[in-house]
Amino acid sequence: MARNLSMKDAINEALDQEMSRDPTVIVMGEDIVGGSGSPGEDDAWGGVLGVTKGLHAKHGDRLMDTPLSESAYIGAAVGASTCGLRPVAELMFLDFMGVCFDQIFNQAAKFRYMFGGKAETPVTIRAMVGAGFRAAAQHSQMLTPLFTHIPGLKVVCPSNAYDAKGLLIQSIRDNDPVIFCEHKALYASETDVPEESYTVPFGEANIVREGSDATIVGYGLMVHRASEAAETLAGEGIQCEIVDLRTLSPIDTDSIVESVENTGRLVCVDEANPRCSIASDVAATVSQEAFSSLKAAPQLVTAPHTPVPFSPALEDLYIPSAEAIADAVRKTMAP
Amino acid sequence: MSEANITPVLMPKWGLSMSEGVLVDWLVDEGAEITVGDEIMEVETDKIASAVEAADAGILRRRVGDAGETYPVRALLGVLAPPDVSDDDIDAYIAAYEVPEDEDDDEAAAAAYEFADTAAGRLRYASRGDDGPALVLIHGFGGDLDNWLFNIDALAERARVYAFDLPGHGQSVKAIEDPSLAGLTGALQAFLDTVEVNSAHLVGHSMGAAVAARLACDAPERVQSLTLIGAAGLGPEINADYIDGFVGAESRRELKPVLFNLFADSELVNRSMVDDLLKYKRIDGVQEALSSLATELFPGGTQSAQLTGDIDASGLNTLVIWGSDDAVIPAAHAQALGNASIEIIDGAGHMVQMEKASAVNALILAHIE
Repeated sequence: MARNLSMKDAINEALDQEMSRDPTVIVMGEDIVGGSGSPGEDDAWGGVLGVTKGLHAKHGDRLMDTPLSESAYIGAAVGASTCGLRPVAELMFLDFMGVCFDQIFNQAAKFRYMFGGKAETPVTIRAMVGAGFRAAAQHSQMLTPLFTHIPGLKVVCPSNAYDAKGLLIQSIRDNDPVIFCEHKALYASETDVPEESYTVPFGEANIVREGSDATIVGYGLMVHRASEAAETLAGEGIQCEIVDLRTLSPIDTDSIVESVENTGRLVCVDEANPRCSIASDVAATVSQEAFSSLKAAPQLVTAPHTPVPFSPALEDLYIPSAEAIADAVRKTMAP
Repeated sequence: MSEANITPVLMPKWGLSMSEGVLVDWLVDEGAEITVGDEIMEVETDKIASAVEAADAGILRRRVGDAGETYPVRALLGVLAPPDVSDDDIDAYIAAYEVPEDEDDDEAAAAAYEFADTAAGRLRYASRGDDGPALVLIHGFGGDLDNWLFNIDALAERARVYAFDLPGHGQSVKAIEDPSLAGLTGALQAFLDTVEVNSAHLVGHSMGAAVAARLACDAPERVQSLTLIGAAGLGPEINADYIDGFVGAESRRELKPVLFNLFADSELVNRSMVDDLLKYKRIDGVQEALSSLATELFPGGTQSAQLTGDIDASGLNTLVIWGSDDAVIPAAHAQALGNASIEIIDGAGHMVQMEKASAVNALILAHIE
């Protein structure tokens, strides 16, 4: 039975159900239980924003607080995954990935290839992404393109609670390393979520809205901004189709190309910095595979090529807005 | 005084989640004489589009709703009245019309779907109507109780109607203990026991028709009449591409063309229908349930259950309804029974109860009289 659930609760439920279903699923990370040795209830915190709250009471020591050493516990999670466990490691902010690059890029991502397909690395690394939280330059980045660049990694970024639950369950059951990006500004957003366990397959985009004039491709928070823009544009007689990528590796090229073949116009929206972004990747793919369908040059709407500002006024300007997306669509419509 | 002669044409409410609809187009002009069952307008929701058939007869004096606009459920879209009602009275009626307040949303939703803990597991159902005989609607393979979206309220005018999700389907338990016709028939029996219905008129669609017929043959005391729609169990042929495609499809692009098989008008297959079915198919246990049912009931592209002999022998009062353009189970199977009323509805596919709802509803109501 479906009920309304926030993305935060949907992620919690996915972890809970997979831990109940499969005893090899473990969860590790900083403060995900609440700090061992702290007084009071053991899982008083459940992570920095409370996503794992309540799980320790149900699953006990299969959730563990780790030291403040990303390289140590991400390495441990990757190692454990090669030895029969299915660890879900919470890295707090994706921005912290820098200190455990080797464990992810050079180890986890390479094992299947370097051991001739004999090794599997079923590890899921969850981390918060995105700006808008007044958390400054080191806690707000959208670093998804760093990970899509690496063969051997799967990269997921849901835009809503339904997808978050199904994609996280799919990530845990998947036999390859998955980088699971949770937009912190979407934790409270609610959708209908079935009570039962279910999976959302990788590499299948969601058509959030159908339209015949222009295709807007995005993921995460940008899907919501694109929907706002599409609503505004509908009032002007411009019908937009919105493609929510859901997974960035693998990416659903077929759905993107099919949509552009119908609309002839493409706007790529990405909260990441513009150079070598998901947006530029999608624009390049479409230019190559659907050039003859294009009626106008693809437009890119991204964050500027700067760090995320701490000033709230500047941070709000930094994140691509619905108006910027609408303007980009109008530009593709211009004769 | 003339108000008594004025009959409103309203935005219909299809299913529980509908709050508004788009009046796509009028199919009749002002001044037209309308008889009950005439298609008068085309309405579309995010779930489905369908022609609306007149529930009342009269002259369409005024088209109040504009084509292309969105209106709330029960909004006034048109006015029927005899010629002796003056234009002023009609204007006054339109001016005074208010859309009735919707019932409290939570209450409406709570009343909408219920769950029965049966011997076959937890089954979701909807019930409508307070009076009259019990009537149970049984959906087909891969379907759910919302397949009866356009039927349940109309039938509830003269019956206590139950529509439920078979095990493995909709929001019922996903594990099917015995994935066979006997197992599903047991689930129907368990449902009847739990909702305390001793005997009922059974209306089954496709695989659900085989379930209804099986129960009618095994436990005739529980069945007052049988209506079999696009029924399984009346011949060997079945569209194996549809069954395999439905079970195997994992993406929107794979599933959509498969669903075209269900309707004579493939325009009815929209994004929301495809998305809802994909969401269902992704739930743990569904794939196993569908695969095991398909293997048992439709092995190698043929139907394993053949019930014509048993139904004929039972002597039951049986109505067979089929869409002339059924691409899943051939309409020729409608002729298989020796002693049944047969109704072939032109221009409809396998989901004839959705595509030609008014005609199907009228046939069922006449049959259970």
